[in-house]
Amino acid sequence: MFSRNVLTFKSGLTYFDFMQEFQEGYCLGIESTADDFGVGIASFDGEILTNINDVYVPEKGGIHPREASRHHAMVADKVIAEAFRKAGIKPKEISVIAFSQGPGLGPCLRVGATAARALASYLNKPLVGVNHCLAHIEIGKMVSGAKDPVTLYVSGGNTIVAAFEAKRYRVFGETLDIAVGNCLDVFAREAGLRPEVNKPLGAIVEELAYRGKTFIPLPYTVKGMDLSFSGLLTAAVNLLREGRYSLEDICFSFQEIAFSMLTEITERALAHTEKPEVLLTGGVAANKRLQSMLKTMAEEHDARFCVVPKEYATDNGAMIAWTGILCYKCGITIPVEKSFVKLKWRLDEVEVPWVKP
Amino acid sequence: MGVLIKKGAEASIYLEDWYGRKVIFKRRHPKRYRIPELDRTLQTQRTKHEPQMIHKAKKAGVPTPIIFMIDLKEATIIMEFVEGKQIKQILNNLTREERISLCRQIGKLVGKLHKNNIIHGDLTTSNMILTPYGNIVFIDFGLSELSMELEAKGVDLHLMKRALASTHYKYANECFNAIIDGYRKIMGDKTTKDVLNKIREIEKRGRYIAER
Repeated sequence: MFSRNVLTFKSGLTYFDFMQEFQEGYCLGIESTADDFGVGIASFDGEILTNINDVYVPEKGGIHPREASRHHAMVADKVIAEAFRKAGIKPKEISVIAFSQGPGLGPCLRVGATAARALASYLNKPLVGVNHCLAHIEIGKMVSGAKDPVTLYVSGGNTIVAAFEAKRYRVFGETLDIAVGNCLDVFAREAGLRPEVNKPLGAIVEELAYRGKTFIPLPYTVKGMDLSFSGLLTAAVNLLREGRYSLEDICFSFQEIAFSMLTEITERALAHTEKPEVLLTGGVAANKRLQSMLKTMAEEHDARFCVVPKEYATDNGAMIAWTGILCYKCGITIPVEKSFVKLKWRLDEVEVPWVKP
Repeated sequence: MGVLIKKGAEASIYLEDWYGRKVIFKRRHPKRYRIPELDRTLQTQRTKHEPQMIHKAKKAGVPTPIIFMIDLKEATIIMEFVEGKQIKQILNNLTREERISLCRQIGKLVGKLHKNNIIHGDLTTSNMILTPYGNIVFIDFGLSELSMELEAKGVDLHLMKRALASTHYKYANECFNAIIDGYRKIMGDKTTKDVLNKIREIEKRGRYIAER
């Protein structure tokens, strides 16, 4: 029997078999760039069969890479088995294995990569290394139906405005220092807030912000299309310590400033590229205030505003599986022995041959 | 209101006949996504600030539009209409020599700004106009600031580099090198070297860099 592997094309598959192979099949995607260990299975025609996530919750402070990777290693087999069970398919029915190859935290990435390599070797299936940021954009496009958007990807580790231009997603703007989610988290921890089950720090700050009334000016740092959050963070933390204003007011002002900055650079990219859509994704995309700001802005430019549902906006395996399929269909695979993780892999280093201008 | 010639992200640019003169009305539009307090502060700040910086640039020997009037209430600046083409529109269609010489010229002008501690803040090829007389006029000082720091100059040029990479990716490297050539003529070897090192440092500070 032929295995479902591109390489066997040379050894006897007909062209028809080859095309057939690209039309039917499943991809298993493993995501492990930061605190999430996620496994998703998608079919080649774009159906997400399953999307399972196990989150590492630190006892205190932020994500400790080593502790997070230990968590991932502990849960990996369980999550993968659960994914197969939920999807109702057997491991041998999978035609390709995808994993997030970067950017992210080294120890965490390596756990996902190891699991993916083991599966690919054992099942004798091709392996695809997926760029994490790219996966966020692709799954966002798929679930929201956006064709050619300006994407704002905001999470704990990333703040990027990107749009497709000449073979790649070009980064039009990004943070010069820390990510906006990181900024929110550190601020919230400084304020003594604790994350709850299904309620990350960002959501708690959002709730407090709704009760804030007084706007306190804080540093607003936009440099061209890039932005910086470290000054805002320092100023906000100083305000907290000063104790002159209520936490609600500080949260309110903090959010207004941070999100206005994000909306401003997205607007710049939108005006510059004249794209028809704005896509919001990443963990911070769940914030209603940020959504409403971007929606207002997009409407002013006659652009459609799409926000990725929470399940696919935060880190997840399904996005890796889906992007793995897109790569695989274009013949992009990676041999196991070359599948090193890339901690600082830029979005604009990746060519995306499946996107047509 | 005259003819809307450009609806930018930040402001709308109208071409208008004003006392027999062809002028530009740059009207910053209120942003509905921002809360009014923040929006008004930013609007007023930027409307006031821009003409001041345009004037400083002119003093530094960098061609900029003439300012006729400022209306803070309407967040409007009335200034000279500069005839010509945006560098963005023409750069990709030039011959190699023309492109290099144009970029050198741009580099010199950026050098003049930086020599006087003027940081443009949005150095993109759409913010430079080539007039029929061959002058390059810098526009849109909306994000400019005064700064003596190497950091600010580095960020400014880093932005230029980024803009070239996203809009003129085919020629980005040669253009940027030519810009640095011109820049060196004004700023001297030492400062240019320092600024270039700073740019490298800024790039390394960025989040996703292959070599760190």
